[in-house]
Amino acid sequence: MIRLAVVSGKGGTGKTMLTAALSRLLPGSMVLADCDVDAANLELLLSPRILTTDPFIGSKTAVIDPARCTGCGKCAGYCRFGAIEQAGDTFRVNPLHCEGCSVCVSVCPDDAVTLQPRQTGEIRYSEIPRGHLVHAGLVPGAGNSGLLVHAVKKTALERDGNCDLLLVDGPPGTGCPLISTISGIDAVLVVTEPSVSGLHDLKRVVTVCRQFRPRIFVAVNRYDLNPALTKDIIEYCRNEKIPVAGTIPFDPAVINAVRKGIPVTDAGQSPAAQAIQILAANLYLEIKNLGTGL
Amino acid sequence: MVAANLAFTRAWTNEPVTLVDCDVEEPNLHLFFPGSAVTRDVTVPVPVIDASRCQHCGACGKFCQYGALTVLPTRVLFFSELCHSCGGCMLACPNGAISENPKRIGTLSSASPLPCLTLITGTLDTGDPHAVPVIREAKKMADRSPTVILDTAPGTSCTVIEALDGCDACILVTESTPFGLHDLKLAADVATQMGIPVGVVINRSDGNDDETRRFCAERGLPVLLTIPFDREIAAIQSRGDLLCRARPEWQKEFGDLFERCRALVREGP
Repeated sequence: MIRLAVVSGKGGTGKTMLTAALSRLLPGSMVLADCDVDAANLELLLSPRILTTDPFIGSKTAVIDPARCTGCGKCAGYCRFGAIEQAGDTFRVNPLHCEGCSVCVSVCPDDAVTLQPRQTGEIRYSEIPRGHLVHAGLVPGAGNSGLLVHAVKKTALERDGNCDLLLVDGPPGTGCPLISTISGIDAVLVVTEPSVSGLHDLKRVVTVCRQFRPRIFVAVNRYDLNPALTKDIIEYCRNEKIPVAGTIPFDPAVINAVRKGIPVTDAGQSPAAQAIQILAANLYLEIKNLGTGL
Repeated sequence: MVAANLAFTRAWTNEPVTLVDCDVEEPNLHLFFPGSAVTRDVTVPVPVIDASRCQHCGACGKFCQYGALTVLPTRVLFFSELCHSCGGCMLACPNGAISENPKRIGTLSSASPLPCLTLITGTLDTGDPHAVPVIREAKKMADRSPTVILDTAPGTSCTVIEALDGCDACILVTESTPFGLHDLKLAADVATQMGIPVGVVINRSDGNDDETRRFCAERGLPVLLTIPFDREIAAIQSRGDLLCRARPEWQKEFGDLFERCRALVREGP
């Protein structure tokens, strides 16, 4: 199986649009995992039919029993996350800040605090034309998206580990959800755009990816909006020995396809679709010999 | 982009403002406000085990909810990237063998690119997973300013919650696409749940905003500003310039946006 993740560093660069198109263009059997669990958008382009939905219990959350709490405040004093608030004569836990460390449980002299499992999301396993999609919903405001990312990938590998390709739509950023996404991945495609901030974010995400040693490729989306910066990005990639798999022009066909809920490569010929077809072919030549058990 | 232009407009009219980049995984605001900055490290406490006192009893490993400590018969393995710095292992150790040392996870920098503008940037070290403490420190640094504008990371998880916590009002920036609307709904839920008044800015609008506006009307969220998609605006931003600097006529729009936010605060959630 080849494990390929599409990431971006910066949000809004066209990562999901490109992942959806790749899911149509790359050959072989595949399973998709939407690891952008904060904003799972892949489902908007792939019309999934949900087969199963499972609750996701992220971490535990402390709960104070007001009947036992004597209001001594020791828990609040020890909590490093500012998660314990005074509520009249007793204290209560703000689940938005609680990280489930259990320090409050251990310091409470009245045994008033317990750790309780809390559902922070759900994992959906769905049918799409090319196979299966694993996607998730994070309860708004819940933490632990890194754990949910891990659970999404694990579900995809457990249920469809015999596929030729695992295609992952990654989260923006460089923190715990990204790190969770790229661990164990063979190849990463970084989608960037020609802007000062796009180049800055590209460099940071490449630095993080390098720590996990996957093959790294770059795609420049909307490259024609700033040709000078596109040149800078290609120059950077040349110096870093990162292949640029393709450049995609700005094309209203992309947004029209998104509005129709389909990948742009399914919406007839357009400059963007053509560029993505070339990109997919280039990428496949590079990655087809990676991974195991082909 | 909205945060940068909002802060620029305030500062340009000599109103003191502090702009805080809370998108610590990919901070970008400093690219729009070049200049020198004073930088310091952000650290979190992590456990250090005194081998001479440790009896390898396993109490710390059993306590740790994150699997950051594994106790072997002759030594203790510590995985710092899993540690949340809760201090629990120190409390759990019956032999007083655990103390804490600071570990660097990122930096905070402060700059004054305009006389009335302070820019605080939190930057998470690449490869470090724990963004939240950097955001917390960045916000603390801005505490005493009369007006604080925070630029948050995308999404709805802990990094966004940490940035939103304690805010008087929240601007949700969206695009008139199905992706934009989907993410707007999630973000509106988070802000509402936190009891923060919400207004919406539609960015890169190509005029097909009906669904977004319908959603905002249903949820009672005012649309505070609409910024059209325009190749020139895209070009201004892509080269690291600000819309309000390159096209000063936009300053009025962003000045009005600030006043509308003030009205949101007065009206409450």
